[in-house]
Amino acid sequence: MHDILIEKKILSRNNQIAVENRKTLKEKGIFSINVVSSPGSGKTTLIEKTIELLKDQVGLAVIEGDIQTDIDARRISRYDIPVRQITTGKACHLDAHMIHHTLPWLFEQDKTQILVIENVGNMVCPAEYDLGEDLMVAVISVTEGDEKPLKYPAIFYTSDVLLINKIDLLEYTDFNIERATKNSLKINPNLKIFQVSSKTGTGIKDWCDFLMNEYNMKNAK
Amino acid sequence: MHEMSITISMMETVKHSMIEHGLKQLKRLRIRVGALTAVEPQSLIFCFEIYVQGTPMEGATLEIENMPLMSKCRGCKKEFRIDEFYYDCPYCNSSSVENISGHELDIVSMEGE
Repeated sequence: MHDILIEKKILSRNNQIAVENRKTLKEKGIFSINVVSSPGSGKTTLIEKTIELLKDQVGLAVIEGDIQTDIDARRISRYDIPVRQITTGKACHLDAHMIHHTLPWLFEQDKTQILVIENVGNMVCPAEYDLGEDLMVAVISVTEGDEKPLKYPAIFYTSDVLLINKIDLLEYTDFNIERATKNSLKINPNLKIFQVSSKTGTGIKDWCDFLMNEYNMKNAK
Repeated sequence: MHEMSITISMMETVKHSMIEHGLKQLKRLRIRVGALTAVEPQSLIFCFEIYVQGTPMEGATLEIENMPLMSKCRGCKKEFRIDEFYYDCPYCNSSSVENISGHELDIVSMEGE
């Protein structure tokens, strides 16, 4: 009996499909973001605010990932943009395969330019699953702990953007913005960080300007 | 807890490799798991043991090599271990470093007959 070398990534199949998704989306001129956070950080409301600000400038579509229910998709559908719910059953994350199956629907919609994928509320598992997105956007809120980046380093390491949400509640919490920022940058010095509040609108424009800029830069390439 | 879906992906690859090499029974599987992955080795072993029951992989041992977070300095070229996410080079204080391990999620090799 001898050792047979395999040397393959465990998630090689997911990664292959993610590469295909990325390529197909690029061919269609669609820029995509994968929004991840723990449950209750305010992902859906942030997406709603982003839609409100950008829907007249750019063609948007949303894929909602949840374990159960289409509540979030129904919320988004009020904005009159294409939205599709993926219910994962019991899976705690979206994977590239699920997105792959949703792409034919996406391509039937009129002029989508930015695709927003809201992942299942979970700070752990989505870190390992590339969906084929252009930007991974992590959200934390000030009602959570500022040590979160140190507790869940993988998601901060893989993300490109961090939105620190609910900053209107800062004075009621012990959350230390400086510490949270420092901890996040320690894990990922390239992380682009915005302080936002969906409630008051603080920082939403800065985040949306950044997103539009990323979209334009990608399109110019 | 996504270790089961990680296990399923892993075992799909192993099954293919077993067929490819004509193995009827898996004895040992070696994998690498980096410190900065969202995967818990103990949960992975638990899922693996459930997965292999009643299959030609039953009884096989899963050996996990835990890979620490390591960096290499672009300045002095020395390699060092990262503790508590302090990335500066301990030899020359440069902050220009690149990660060289800690993100692995790889199937290394197998033994069987």
